[in-house]
Amino acid sequence: MALPILVGVLVGILTRWLLLRIDYRQYPGYPHGYVTHLSLGLVAAFLGAAAIPATLTGQYTAVSFLALAAQQFRDIRNMERKSLEQLEETELVRRGPDYIEGIARVFESRNYLVILTALLTSGAIIFRGLTFGLGIALLWIIVSHYYMSGKRLGDIALVRPGRVHFARTLLYVDEVMIMEVGLKESREKLLKEGVGIILEPKDDNGRATLAQPGQRQAIVHDVAAIVGLKKDFGYPEFTPLIRLDIDTGRAAMILLPIEPDPEAVMEAIRRVPVLESAIRLPLKTLAGRKAAD
Amino acid sequence: MERDEVIYIIADDKDKVVAGGAPILIAPEEVERERLALYLSRILNAMVHDLENGVLILVKH
Repeated sequence: MALPILVGVLVGILTRWLLLRIDYRQYPGYPHGYVTHLSLGLVAAFLGAAAIPATLTGQYTAVSFLALAAQQFRDIRNMERKSLEQLEETELVRRGPDYIEGIARVFESRNYLVILTALLTSGAIIFRGLTFGLGIALLWIIVSHYYMSGKRLGDIALVRPGRVHFARTLLYVDEVMIMEVGLKESREKLLKEGVGIILEPKDDNGRATLAQPGQRQAIVHDVAAIVGLKKDFGYPEFTPLIRLDIDTGRAAMILLPIEPDPEAVMEAIRRVPVLESAIRLPLKTLAGRKAAD
Repeated sequence: MERDEVIYIIADDKDKVVAGGAPILIAPEEVERERLALYLSRILNAMVHDLENGVLILVKH
């Protein structure tokens, strides 16, 4: 019984580690954050791997331990949410509650994935032998990788540069009005160094998702984190903003990157994850499809 | 969501502002208004909006 458990635990840990690496951009893994999540991953892997062998030897209480584990891992979501909310105070460009909730949820569910992986692997080894077990493990890892990596903004919207211009004191990107800028020198700086981007939703689903303020905040945060912005306290007019053209559903964004390279900015935007809580699928309904044509 | 709040009003003429919840500064010269707005913006971390009739307001977003 030792071999299935051992292999199950190893595969479980491997899954957690691989999923942790996808995380990297979403939530910079400080060394200690890594340790925390790998340790919890180990616990999860052990629970999963031991469940079937324990049940086979008549230890039916093993099942109730899984229930206990589910309870425990719910706390991970709280832990992540709390620490991200705390950090939010000192973010120049906030993640926003939707993004935080999304990240917290991901961390929780990944532990369940680890449990499942370990459980399936050790079970498969017991019933069909080592090779079969490893095959199942590999398959499952690939599936969970694919399944858990979600959509990116580039999948739902076209990203292209927009022209930054002013109508008196009103800042526009193409035909979308962004904000009113009262200071002359700020207007000059925005005109000279500002980068304007237009996000064009590919369909009505994308349009509804882009309209969600939490999704827009997530875009702004990610882009700020990746390309870097000229921004500090005392410069509210240089806060990156995304505003919607309510007639066309296009979103327009203005930002003041350290390196005014629209290509880099657009690439960063395309890779922003579509938040689970922002996904809207009006086209799945009859009314939505009728409204679309 | 926190409410946006007007925290300063800078006008070129005291007849244009009646009163209000925010402190009011009067500066007839445009250059001076711009400078006051800039200083207050940096000090208070507030956004300057130009109402384009000689009145500037500082808003905390």
